[in-house]
Amino acid sequence: MSDALKEVPSGENYGSIIKDGLWEQNVVFSQMLALCPTMAVTTSGTNGLGMGLATTAVLVVSNILVSMIRHTVSSQVRIPVFVVLIATLVTVVDMVMNAWMHDLYKVLGLFIALIVVNCAILGRAEAYAVKNGVFASAVDGLAMGLGFTGALTLIGLIREFLGSGTLFAQASNLLGPSFAFLEMKLPGYGGALLMILPPGAFAVLGFLLAGKRVMEQRAEARAKNASGGAAPLVA
Amino acid sequence: MGFASIREKLGYQPVLLGVFALLASGALAWVSESTAGAIAAAEAKDLRDSLAEVLPQGFADNDFLHDTVDLENKGKTVTIYRARQGGVVKGAIFKVAERGYAADIVILMAVDADGKMLGARVLKHAETPGLGDKIELSKAPWIKDFDGKSLGNPAPEKWAVKKDGGVFDQFAGATITPRAVVKAVKGGLDFYAAHRKEILGDKS
Repeated sequence: MSDALKEVPSGENYGSIIKDGLWEQNVVFSQMLALCPTMAVTTSGTNGLGMGLATTAVLVVSNILVSMIRHTVSSQVRIPVFVVLIATLVTVVDMVMNAWMHDLYKVLGLFIALIVVNCAILGRAEAYAVKNGVFASAVDGLAMGLGFTGALTLIGLIREFLGSGTLFAQASNLLGPSFAFLEMKLPGYGGALLMILPPGAFAVLGFLLAGKRVMEQRAEARAKNASGGAAPLVA
Repeated sequence: MGFASIREKLGYQPVLLGVFALLASGALAWVSESTAGAIAAAEAKDLRDSLAEVLPQGFADNDFLHDTVDLENKGKTVTIYRARQGGVVKGAIFKVAERGYAADIVILMAVDADGKMLGARVLKHAETPGLGDKIELSKAPWIKDFDGKSLGNPAPEKWAVKKDGGVFDQFAGATITPRAVVKAVKGGLDFYAAHRKEILGDKS
């Protein structure tokens, strides 16, 4: 969690909150948090999307609540208070979905309980919501959640495509029949089983992380070159 | 003395923690209370749907969800749902479980009064995706091979996967899983044969 505890410089600048959440401080690719649900559920794009959306909902609400009580809670007991708060929240979401969204719950039910062990939620409470206003915290929760959703969907899609030759299989169970057009199947491809099994998750995450580092290094080098090129002109 | 200094007092912290624990348990109790009915109804509907799936359509005219008898099978209590037509028991639905490759495979099976298989579905399993999960109807029609089979058809020694000299297909790369399913279904048929009188006779 050490990375998440770092002071976030974005403050209440919404543009940079969103950029941090989606890319710069992406929960999976930069903070390397929440790897347990990431590895466990990304066997298909649909699963990744479902887990991501459920987590986003919990993250937004938990950020709002933590921000609301941030002046009441003394710093010595904040962690147990937040843990109680998040665990309660997840349990409530679990029960409410089971009762009134039962079909969706049958698809997502397995993941909801996993959100409790998602340290990214406590991480955002600690790193952001406890220091910032309610609206900014809600935006931060949304941006971080969407960044997480994007990462999970991407890993899920890659594993699903290589492992079983489909894309967004059973998406209509999650999103409703109007999204059936998302479902694609590669005819005549048996799939590389390894990608569906846990090692596939590690391999895909590793390649994606390496890819993000390469992109960041290139951007850095370009920035250096630009300033390096500009400097002689000034001098 | 402002709020900021009260907040740092030692006495404030346990009280705060206590208040939050109380609020959390209160909220949980309230939500649990208000969702309990809807959850029970949804789960009953799930059970009804899965029971109806192993029975041929129009097979039963009773509410078999509430026409049950509990029997012992290998030390565990099995609930048997009885499908009736005009008050006569025509079939029984019950769960059987057998250790698969990773964990127990739970199968729901329906047999008619003479002990002939009406259908079987895998309810729960943790088999390897892509290999062992072909026992699910959504992945492969394999599980339908059991329809119409009984203890005498095929002969008892043929109740096995082809690799073991039986009549049931195994999957490429996965023999343990179908072997477990065949064993479970055969066990279910044996169980039915042993308790047939209790299942059919008792009119409660």
